[in-house]
Amino acid sequence: MEKRTFQYPQWLFLLILMGSLFLINISLGSVSIPPGEIVQALIGLPLENVIWQDIIIDFRFTKALTCILAGSGPDILGLSSGASLLVSLVFMAGISSFSLLSESWSLALAACTGSSLMLLLVLAIAGKVKDNTSLLIVGLMIGAGTASFVSVLQFMSRAEDQQYYLIWTFGSLGGLNWTEIGILTLALLVGSVLLIVNVKSLNAWLLGDNYSQSLGMNLKRSRLLMILSTSILTGAVTAFCGPIAFVGLAVPHLVRLLFKTSDHRLLLPAVAMGGASLLLFCDCLAQVPGSTYVLPINAVTALIGAPLVVWIILKGKKIYA
Amino acid sequence: MPEVLLHLQDLQVGYPNDGKEIMLFENLDLVLKAGELVCFMGPNGVGKSTLIRTIAGLHKSLTPIPSPKGEGMIDPRKISVVLTDRINAMNMSVRDLVSYGRYPYLNWSAKLSVTDLSIVDAALRTLQLTELANKNINELSDGQLQMVMIARALTQDTPVILLDEPTAHLDLNNRVAIMNVLRKLSRETQKAILVSTHELDLALQTADLLWLADGKKILTGVPEDLVLDGSLDRIFQFKGFDLKTGKVFHEAHRGVKVKLIGEGYSFLWTKNALERCGYEVTNQGGIEIEVQEGKGWKMGNTKIETLARLLENLP
Repeated sequence: MEKRTFQYPQWLFLLILMGSLFLINISLGSVSIPPGEIVQALIGLPLENVIWQDIIIDFRFTKALTCILAGSGPDILGLSSGASLLVSLVFMAGISSFSLLSESWSLALAACTGSSLMLLLVLAIAGKVKDNTSLLIVGLMIGAGTASFVSVLQFMSRAEDQQYYLIWTFGSLGGLNWTEIGILTLALLVGSVLLIVNVKSLNAWLLGDNYSQSLGMNLKRSRLLMILSTSILTGAVTAFCGPIAFVGLAVPHLVRLLFKTSDHRLLLPAVAMGGASLLLFCDCLAQVPGSTYVLPINAVTALIGAPLVVWIILKGKKIYA
Repeated sequence: MPEVLLHLQDLQVGYPNDGKEIMLFENLDLVLKAGELVCFMGPNGVGKSTLIRTIAGLHKSLTPIPSPKGEGMIDPRKISVVLTDRINAMNMSVRDLVSYGRYPYLNWSAKLSVTDLSIVDAALRTLQLTELANKNINELSDGQLQMVMIARALTQDTPVILLDEPTAHLDLNNRVAIMNVLRKLSRETQKAILVSTHELDLALQTADLLWLADGKKILTGVPEDLVLDGSLDRIFQFKGFDLKTGKVFHEAHRGVKVKLIGEGYSFLWTKNALERCGYEVTNQGGIEIEVQEGKGWKMGNTKIETLARLLENLP
């Protein structure tokens, strides 16, 4: 059973998929750079053209890395809408001016708080409704609710602040400096460790609250760990990259089609890799190959993700939050 | 004397509702012994599930149950459960589900040892599930899924197993199979098995002991004793079921007597058919019918080949 874990050809597939998308992603952009030069820059050799080197390392490489980091973060129902609400408060209600923290940290904090509050709400409701389709609808309604709050804020705020917020909601994977990537990586590491510690409970939870308790799981502790890890992961990604839509909803289901398992010890790393691959792919499309246009990443993830979710529903697979 | 595996003293079962406590059972004093199959019976809605869940530690009792792991804590190495909760997991095989029984013995990484794997295999063999081991649980029939849940409980290796309505929604064949398996398990593994059910006929024929919900008390006793002293009649208030014969009661509404001669299965089923259709079967007088085992029936001098024809020929 232990050996079987590494016999899955699916792992090789995911690894190659992610690796090649990473390379394709770096080779795309408004400035065309020969593949040889790109490889040279990536393995750390100096290029003759210094501008190319800057573009590859400081712009494209960081962006592809951000894709991988952000893609592995989860976004379950409506969490990023909670993050958006608090972020919009920071942007538009001018809370940041009262804050002692720098803007990027206030954003991160606001997004984490927003997503954890939303997760608490979703979990509270999930305890009452039994089927996940209803939960999906509840998630949508919560999203609509927060959106209306945000509109009220927009109505009352200055045009410049509105624009900042609007651009943030488009999502952005580029433009992170190395410090920000460091913070994102740290948050993802902490979130992942919390998930790994909790992996036994996550598995037992598949049998429902009662069975998992009867197996000796501490529901309160694992629920807390799950809220913490999910909020940190979603919050960090949302703070730095904006509310990336649909990737977190679609990928777990795609991965479950690929890996015929319910074991989170396999699913968690696989979903992280799958999410990274999907976001790299969406970012490649966002650059509209062959043109100098760059589309907002959120438009592309929704364009790709929404039909995927519909397709999964049509395939008769249940949607699990 | 079989060993006492679980002793519940002065247990109050109920739940809070709008600030008040709704009491289902009061001052219970119950014992489960090794090797005993106990059927817990009572009319629907009396609180059978709540009691099972309370004993398992999944429902807060109104008096705390002492546990070696601390008050109100569940000891997963002592009690395992089979509940009515549905399992909605995708991509879960029978073997995966049964393996969950080992979770109380595993560390955070949930890695199964060779011993754990052999315990899982043994449970699959005991419940004759080896061939289904790699099948997805969503492809199983209800009866098979129930067997898998029992295998999971068995894998948990606890002295006590509690089952909440394990035969609900199953057909007669599967109901009998489940009860037989539980009976066999209690004998062979010397576990104490408590089954809540409202299937009187099965419980009467398989249980070593009955727990009968009687208002806020629970009567306990050997099934036959509870039949003969009228407790079952009183609690269930049967509507047409004759407990002494174990059959549905038929009124001889036709006022026609039949004298039936013969023996064996054919005799029994002929008698059933006649009584179901409202004839009174007696030893003397009335219309004489002779059952000729394997060769049909004889009424007067007429030979008749099927029961349907026989019934048509009767007044």
